[in-house]
Amino acid sequence: MARVLVGVKRVIDYAVKIRVKPDKSGVVTDGVKHGLNPFDEIAVEEAVRLKEKKIASEVIAVSCGIPQAQESLRTALAMGADRAVHVEVPQPQYDSLLPLHVSKILARVAVDEKADIVIVGKQAIDDDSNQTAQMTAAILGWPQATFASEVTVADGNVLVKREVDGGLETVKVKLPAVISADLRLNEPRYATLPNIMKAKKKPIKKLTAADVGVDLAPRQQVLSVEDPPTRQAGSVVPDVDTLITKLKEKGHL
Amino acid sequence: MGTGRQGVIDLYKTLLYMGRDYPQGYDFFRSRLKKAFQRNSDISDPEQIKMLVKRGEFVVKEIEALYMLKKYRTLKDRYSTEDKP
Repeated sequence: MARVLVGVKRVIDYAVKIRVKPDKSGVVTDGVKHGLNPFDEIAVEEAVRLKEKKIASEVIAVSCGIPQAQESLRTALAMGADRAVHVEVPQPQYDSLLPLHVSKILARVAVDEKADIVIVGKQAIDDDSNQTAQMTAAILGWPQATFASEVTVADGNVLVKREVDGGLETVKVKLPAVISADLRLNEPRYATLPNIMKAKKKPIKKLTAADVGVDLAPRQQVLSVEDPPTRQAGSVVPDVDTLITKLKEKGHL
Repeated sequence: MGTGRQGVIDLYKTLLYMGRDYPQGYDFFRSRLKKAFQRNSDISDPEQIKMLVKRGEFVVKEIEALYMLKKYRTLKDRYSTEDKP
């Protein structure tokens, strides 16, 4: 039976309108509703389903970040994960935390917890990096099956249908492996109130970056965060001739 | 969920908890939820209470489905590159 490690991230809720800080250093996170990254929800759901199918023996949720990241771990536990690992990263370092750091942490935790399958969401909806799964696989030296839309485990192999441009690709990878979940993999269950309450009794192991031996020195500097350009207002032209002249002026004809 | 006093309270709490994610806001949801429960507060017939609790449980399932669909559609719009119809 396989042990499954699921990476989860706490992000600003998908329905919240994002505001950029006036000094352009980032986005406003104080007092904003947060939640579990939707793609990670899908990853947790898949792991829990593997357990329900008796393929997985244990589901471990892991998150890196500020103390509030525990909320996401609680949600994962409420959805059916057995226990959680929280790698605490203080706010100043969290601001410059990159997918590379996260992958190093995930890889180390995967080895320490003797995981056979690592499942993560394909990307987080805040920074949209889409790098963590790939780099984790590289660091571990494990095969990767990204953008999964169907996962079947059989005799030490995983058959994964991947979403690629214009269709689906089926790959077979040997365990241990890293899988990243795409939107159509499954329909995540709702973390109900009784399950949230029960999740409070499940254990969360706290670690620091030093415990997992990962150097969190920043490798990138954010120069500026800006709103996307707003759409220019359109105008109504009186007749076809004016339209053609205008199009010619702008070089579209 | 039971249909006794505790069952009704559990249902109310479950709905209240779900209301935190309601698109029109928690206050909108809570005031309506409270009214809906108050409207039936004078009912004492166990059969009728059982029926109403069942209806409440159905509403819970409906709201769960609503949240899931809303999230799925939003993400699909944001992340798929397919042409929109």
